[in-house]
Amino acid sequence: MTENSERRVVSVIVINEASVLSRITDLFSGRGYNITSLTVAPIPESKYSRLTIVTSGSVRVIEQITKQLHKLIPVLRVYEHADMVEKEVAMIKFPASENLSDIQALCEAYNGKIVNAGENTIIAMVADEPKRINNFLKAIKRYNPKEIVRSGAVALER
Amino acid sequence: MQISGAQMVIEAFIAEGVDTVFGYPGGAIMNVYDEIYKQDKFQHILNRHEQASVHAAEGYAKASGKVGVAMITSGPGFTNAVTGLADAYMDSIPLVVVSGQVPMSLIGTDAFQEIDAVGISRSCTKHNYLVTDAKDLPRILKEAFYIARTGRPGPVHVDIPKDVTAQIEEFDYDIELDLETYKPHTKGNPRQIKKAMEAIAKAKRPLFYLGGGIINANAAYEVREFVHKSGIPAVETFMARGVLSHDDELLVGMLGMHGSYASNMAMSETDLVIGLGVRFDDRVTGKLSEFAKNAEVIHVDIDPASISKLVNANYPIVGDVKNVVVDMLAQIEKIDSDNYESWRETINNFDELHPLTFHEDSERLKPQWVIQRVGELLGDDANISTDVGQHQMWSGQFYPFTRPRQFVSSSGLGTMGFGFPAAIGVKAACPEKTSINFTGDGSILMNVQELMTAVEKKIPVINIILNNNFLGMVRQWQTLFYDKRHSETDLSVQPDFVKLSEAFGGIGYRVHTKEEFDAALKDAVEKNVVAFIEVIVHRMENVMPMVPAGGSLFNMMLLEKKESK
Repeated sequence: MTENSERRVVSVIVINEASVLSRITDLFSGRGYNITSLTVAPIPESKYSRLTIVTSGSVRVIEQITKQLHKLIPVLRVYEHADMVEKEVAMIKFPASENLSDIQALCEAYNGKIVNAGENTIIAMVADEPKRINNFLKAIKRYNPKEIVRSGAVALER
Repeated sequence: MQISGAQMVIEAFIAEGVDTVFGYPGGAIMNVYDEIYKQDKFQHILNRHEQASVHAAEGYAKASGKVGVAMITSGPGFTNAVTGLADAYMDSIPLVVVSGQVPMSLIGTDAFQEIDAVGISRSCTKHNYLVTDAKDLPRILKEAFYIARTGRPGPVHVDIPKDVTAQIEEFDYDIELDLETYKPHTKGNPRQIKKAMEAIAKAKRPLFYLGGGIINANAAYEVREFVHKSGIPAVETFMARGVLSHDDELLVGMLGMHGSYASNMAMSETDLVIGLGVRFDDRVTGKLSEFAKNAEVIHVDIDPASISKLVNANYPIVGDVKNVVVDMLAQIEKIDSDNYESWRETINNFDELHPLTFHEDSERLKPQWVIQRVGELLGDDANISTDVGQHQMWSGQFYPFTRPRQFVSSSGLGTMGFGFPAAIGVKAACPEKTSINFTGDGSILMNVQELMTAVEKKIPVINIILNNNFLGMVRQWQTLFYDKRHSETDLSVQPDFVKLSEAFGGIGYRVHTKEEFDAALKDAVEKNVVAFIEVIVHRMENVMPMVPAGGSLFNMMLLEKKESK
């Protein structure tokens, strides 16, 4: 219980079929573990999908969960990432009255730009490491963001 | 061949060599039952509760080594079966359980007898399927049997909506399975095996730790050869009873919470644990940090998730235990059995100090005597099932098992009510052996309706009810750890078990003495009908030795030495 909690990123390649997602998330919920973020999308030209799961918990329990993930019949492969490139997308809606060029400059520092400008609002998008996304979201607070959405992380082993 | 989904189920069973199906009909599964009516390739045994159908299929699977099959309807039929699925999952028993479901058009509408069956069974099966198109049915059924019996075996649940069982499609069962994501690792890594054998050769006090996986893998006779050629002593888990014969000189005994003193001490003193088909269950290890504290660990298991789950393995070997043991036997010359002479002597001394025994009582029969006596009278001729509680532990301790698959019990889940239906399944699989169910006055009432099943199908199970008028194991814990507050465990108000059996068409005996017991057992075996033998036993007998939950294996509560009079 007192074991140290650690942030872990796990990718899972699964057959793209009904119920596969709940099979995977059940392994976490059954142990009282929270999933911080989860992204799923089909792998092009295959019958598989790739899930990227960000979670935190004791090393021992996470290891056990990944072993149990392997055991699920529709799971092809599980990667416990150690050395990876990790990216996340965030979209932020601002009132159109905010300073556009300031926001534009900030976005550029975080691999982003303004992707939509309307009558009342503008939408900006950035793509970066989750940690840097956190920093970006702090930095833009003073421009009164109305809505923020994060995609959850995706990762590739180097 | 164009046939209905219901006929496909029948054809698949026949192709898989199924000879017995346990089940209970109902609305959503009626199309399949209609096909059962029309065929004569396998027998159907009508249990009187769906839970019992699954337990019977488990008993059948454990005794025969084949996949057990149960069939149930949707809604309550399915939810009743869940305990059986969970039980089979915990004990790695290969089952295919087919359930009916409301028609596809009604799924999700809170239809009559609708429940999200695959949602419920997901966490207590090895795999499950909701069949949405009869075109998929041949493949799914073939996969279900394959997945159930391969790798670490387990129950597979197939949920079939009623309209899918009516749908007519092409049936071809002669298909190649393409399970790209499911490839059990059956061959042990040769380098790891070599290292493990070298570790055994170097060890001074090695100990075999034998588990139920050996029985699942049909590896008991290979393991016997390994034990005998190496001269290394062995302890068995409750699940492994019968891997070695009870009279094997190298068998120390059963270990764990109610293991023998010598077994638990041997495990505490060993310098190399050779774990075969085990999973380091908490009832076996006691306090983990003190378990085999000074030992290295070899762990052979088909399930990679079992290895280093609880105890770190220095020599992890993923593979079918039979293959691995055969590979190890090929290098047996590395091991000199003379090296372990003094270690064997140490263990013998442990056993002489506190042998596994009990004290007779002049007034009432002791439950342990009953079990031992059945062993003397029937021995190898009987297959043994048990329910859950004190009688279960005494069966593990005192019955003289001689062969694998002789013993069937709900080990992992600890399901009261398991024993009687399981014994029906065992008898269906092995009609030539006497099928005994050791049970208690608490457990027997949890599936007592199976009297009807057994009587109807003339399946002569002998239930030996060790009646102490208590929910004995819980009473024991209350006596020891709750200052004798026997909360809701006094079962003094009881049915007349003799009349109960007779009411269903069985026979019944109530016995108080050794002579009465011998006569009743002899009579029941001769009459070869369904029987209850109610044995009035000592009320306050405790299962000893005992490692209190969470305690270290070497800190056992022991049987008090009898004062010499």
